[in-house]
Amino acid sequence: MAECGRVDCRTSSHTMDKSITLPPDEIFRNLENAKRFAIDIGGSLTKLAYYSTVQHKVAKVRSFDHTTKAPSDKLYEISVQEEVTARLHFIKFENAYIETCLDFIRDHLVNTETKVIKATGGGAHKFKELIERKLGLKVDREDEMTCLIKGCNFVLRNIPHEAFVYAKHADPEFRFQTTHPDIFPYLLVNIGSGVSIVKVESEDKFERIGGSSIGGGTFWGLGALLTKTKRFDELLQLASKGQHTNVDMLVKDIYGGSYRSLGLTGDLIASSFGKSATADKEFSKEDMAKSLLHMISNDIGQLACLYAKLHNLSRVYFGGFFIRGHPVTMHTITYSINFFTKGEVQALFLRHEGYLGAIGAFLKGAEEDNPNQYSWGENYAGSSGLMSVSPEMNPMQRARSGTFDMLEMDRLDRQLVNLPLLQDPSSYIPDTMDLTEDALAREYWLYCFEDALDGVVKRAVASQPDMPEAAERAEKFRQKYRHKLQTLRHQPFAYGSLTVRSLLDTREHCLNEFNFPDPYSKIKQNENDIALRYYGKAVKSLEELSWEERQFALVRVELKAERPWLIDSYDQWLERLKGPPHKCALFFVDNSGVDIILGVMPFVRELLSRGTEVVLASNSGPALNDVTNGELQILTERIAAMDPVVQLLRTEIQNVDVMCLVVVILVQRKYEYNCLPLPSPSRLDKVLATVVRERQTDLVIIEGMGRAIHTNYYAMLSCESLKMAVIKNSWLADRLGGKLFSVVFKYEVPAGETSQFSAALTPS
Amino acid sequence: MAFNGHGNDDDTTDNDETPTKQPRSSKEMSGYFRVEPNKEAAAPAGRATSDRQMPSSTARRRSDSVRKTRPPFPWFGMDIGGTLVKLVYFEPRDITAEEEQEEVENLKSIRHYLTSNTAYGTTGIRDVHLELHDLTLCGRTGNLHFIRFPTHDLPIFLQMARNKHFSSLHTTLCATGGGAYKFESDFRKMADLQLHKLDELDCLIRGMLYIDSVVSSGPSECYYFENPTDPDHCIQRPYTLENPYPLLLVNIGSGVSILAVYSENNYKRVTGTSLGGGTFLGLCCLLTGCSTFEEALEMASQGESTRVDKLVRDIYGGDYERFGLPGWAVASSFGNMMSKEKRESVSKEDLARATLVTITNNIGSITRMCALNENIEKVVFVGNFLRVNTLSMKLLAYAMDYWSKGQLKALFLRHEGYFGAVGALLDLLHTS
Repeated sequence: MAECGRVDCRTSSHTMDKSITLPPDEIFRNLENAKRFAIDIGGSLTKLAYYSTVQHKVAKVRSFDHTTKAPSDKLYEISVQEEVTARLHFIKFENAYIETCLDFIRDHLVNTETKVIKATGGGAHKFKELIERKLGLKVDREDEMTCLIKGCNFVLRNIPHEAFVYAKHADPEFRFQTTHPDIFPYLLVNIGSGVSIVKVESEDKFERIGGSSIGGGTFWGLGALLTKTKRFDELLQLASKGQHTNVDMLVKDIYGGSYRSLGLTGDLIASSFGKSATADKEFSKEDMAKSLLHMISNDIGQLACLYAKLHNLSRVYFGGFFIRGHPVTMHTITYSINFFTKGEVQALFLRHEGYLGAIGAFLKGAEEDNPNQYSWGENYAGSSGLMSVSPEMNPMQRARSGTFDMLEMDRLDRQLVNLPLLQDPSSYIPDTMDLTEDALAREYWLYCFEDALDGVVKRAVASQPDMPEAAERAEKFRQKYRHKLQTLRHQPFAYGSLTVRSLLDTREHCLNEFNFPDPYSKIKQNENDIALRYYGKAVKSLEELSWEERQFALVRVELKAERPWLIDSYDQWLERLKGPPHKCALFFVDNSGVDIILGVMPFVRELLSRGTEVVLASNSGPALNDVTNGELQILTERIAAMDPVVQLLRTEIQNVDVMCLVVVILVQRKYEYNCLPLPSPSRLDKVLATVVRERQTDLVIIEGMGRAIHTNYYAMLSCESLKMAVIKNSWLADRLGGKLFSVVFKYEVPAGETSQFSAALTPS
Repeated sequence: MAFNGHGNDDDTTDNDETPTKQPRSSKEMSGYFRVEPNKEAAAPAGRATSDRQMPSSTARRRSDSVRKTRPPFPWFGMDIGGTLVKLVYFEPRDITAEEEQEEVENLKSIRHYLTSNTAYGTTGIRDVHLELHDLTLCGRTGNLHFIRFPTHDLPIFLQMARNKHFSSLHTTLCATGGGAYKFESDFRKMADLQLHKLDELDCLIRGMLYIDSVVSSGPSECYYFENPTDPDHCIQRPYTLENPYPLLLVNIGSGVSILAVYSENNYKRVTGTSLGGGTFLGLCCLLTGCSTFEEALEMASQGESTRVDKLVRDIYGGDYERFGLPGWAVASSFGNMMSKEKRESVSKEDLARATLVTITNNIGSITRMCALNENIEKVVFVGNFLRVNTLSMKLLAYAMDYWSKGQLKALFLRHEGYFGAVGALLDLLHTS
């Protein structure tokens, strides 16, 4: 939860709703370019959505024309360019602030093309006049359920750790689910004042298959009557303190124990409120609230299970104001589902459940921009993240009032898909360690990133020597990222599963936020230039070696340590190399400089001379000193120009009718397909499939700590794979049972692969 | 009786969310059929009311009895539920002079006490209108009486049994329902009575089939509502429960059990819900201060639930056409009570009515889903929640018909709450 929007109520206490002063740039950000507004007004919260564009700097590399005179000793030049990207903004606040917010928007909105605002939710009608008057926009109402489903599809498709199961007594309480590549079909149980049960079969096909009138309104209404407590949150508080067994008639109250022949234990509720029918006594508010909560949660859970069974659906998501992040109701619903399905179905909840309606309404209004055609990624710098709502941490949910929650999503350049060579895409978890679950690892890595922050700030400033305000911006970056690290320390689940990768991503997002597109660009440029000078020499000395010596030397350049290595399947690899060449190798590369030029390229060269085609894959955007796609393109062109063997690569790849390098996604977020400008999904899938399938890729090489150890260490591929890395972190080395600078050389052949080399691969 | 989700989420009990705590879900139960061939004779088949050849036993024999296997009088069947104790008593009307002479004083006194009164103590009641006449059971002809009293008055009953030296007549008393287990030791200690405990669902089905088979004259045992969706023309009509299988049997007591019945001895408990008669009365007591079921029903009959519930039209101004929801459908039970003003404007009668409607519709909704999942079209509702509760019966009839588009038929039985006790009585006659 963003604390930045806390209401300043010191100024005036009686008209709080009118007096808040909003920090302009922190909540309704990028309003000046905003268009396509949508609003979802619920019973207590308003969710506003708009589309905007963000101008930010990107680092570009451009090859010097080496044919002209005035040759530079540099291979390429770096320029920082302005780029405009699309961003979706979603803001959630209490209905009490709606007027103030509308005023603020009116005052800051520059774009005048906007004529309508899409609206949904029960309150849309009530506030229609106010919105039209304040904003001068026509309110265009959209069906609530349609918006909800559209929003749900959108978050499931675009946010990797959107869904989670809730386990009250586990640490962490939230267990995120890897989204199945195919999100359909699923059941959405929306518990508002009543319950709607919707079966969603595809993007456009959904059906309300049932519902129930016993829902959140029943808990609230009946609860208010029974306990004289007015607020929903307070009722939940009461319930969390009560003992339902004082009010409910249990099996043991009837049987004296369990009903054994049916396997019903004594603690089961036989009749909700059954004791208040017979016992002539006073019941405590807490006990009644608890009994009511169980009655309603169990009833909804039971119906949901009956519908899930009838329609043969196993994915059941719960949403609506009854759920909305309340641990008490998530727990009782989870319990009920577990009970009625004997653990076969898990109740799933969504991190951005509160935004679904607003997202859906926005998408309805933005159909002509075709937002569903793109992939969108959660911007960790601009999103509040999932707050902990544990009663212990947040004794009164009231504390939430006055805070604004935000979600920002960036349009990604390319559609992201999984690598087709994964053995099982649905169970593929890129990250080796889940820092949400592993408290020790979390502690360590949060410390690491915090410790490294000064260095990053320095490098950021140094990367923009001609910009005097860089230091100031870098300081803002430091504060923002440090705050994120603090948040993650207390709420490691804020953005889904916490991983080293997500910590890196968060840092990149924060750097971008403050216009430091590539702090390492200068360093990389330098290293590349130097390394390139030694390329010819390195190749020459390798060629002088015997075949077997050369194979080892090629690997040795990468790994720099004597055998035996921590993970060492070099012998198997060597045996394999004695066999026929691979058809096509897909090589995921890591760092700039020596690593790519003197390590990877000679290795690639060797593969090429064996007759193996090679496809190189790199990041599209900057991450530390990783070689980016732009840089790689220039580097390989340069190397191809001076090395006849690599020439082959270029020619060969050009025949594939894509640009010279094909960069393929392995990890959903980090590696992006980078061969065609904005391919449509079908086109992308086709290209991706073409490269991997038509080139008959039968070897995947993953190099570097980030790709081979932090991620993909356990990834199972459907073809041969080689993972190579030096563990440059003593803690991690220790975790994996080695020492600092231990080497991982992991050559794997998929199980059941009975190639003609299997005999050779078995150690004799 | 019904067992819904166990709701205890205390730290201690939460850890054992083990399958043992869970009821047989329909999944587990599918393919599970209770077949008890050795008790085949225990369930009266078809319309047979004639004598049956009973297995011999060690029961005391009456010297003058031709039927040496017949248990001694008095013949009782008992069902001790969470709220009510149901007692059926067979009064022999073919007692010969010789027999009468021999009849011990205690037995005579019990017979006279039960048959000459219609109320016992302050809370015991004999449902005279349900009495079945000239019934032949085990070769004896007589009347079957139906008596009920609250479970919390069981100690009074036991005291009376003790005072009347009930134990001198009998050594076993057939009883079912949870109370047969819970109070077993009380029966022994307080009244020197040994209970023969029986499964309540076995008894329920056996009793229901038996009563339906023996009622031939007078009002039909089974009935339904014609034109359930048209309040002006909704009429109760007799129904012949021939070829009843498969049927969904919904027993609404304190809680609800839903059974899929394929034959006399072949059934499974599909599911249950804790939102039952106990919930209706419990909530009514808390909301209105009433104290009896009759009072709660009386209030409900005078109230208006639409002041309490939020209807579809309250939200959408009319029908929610996109999803085929009519404006009159309840969108949120008690939904209007979220508003303070509306809470202050409703009457106790309105609240009682809303409670009744909420509980009834919910049972209807779960029942309908079970019927769909089990592929059964005939639904029989029984249990004491339906006693003098035409309101709920018509609501159920309506709900079944409307939401299934006429596919499902809701059936009701006159002796709605007594089948468990009847089943227990039959067991006495067939196994003693």
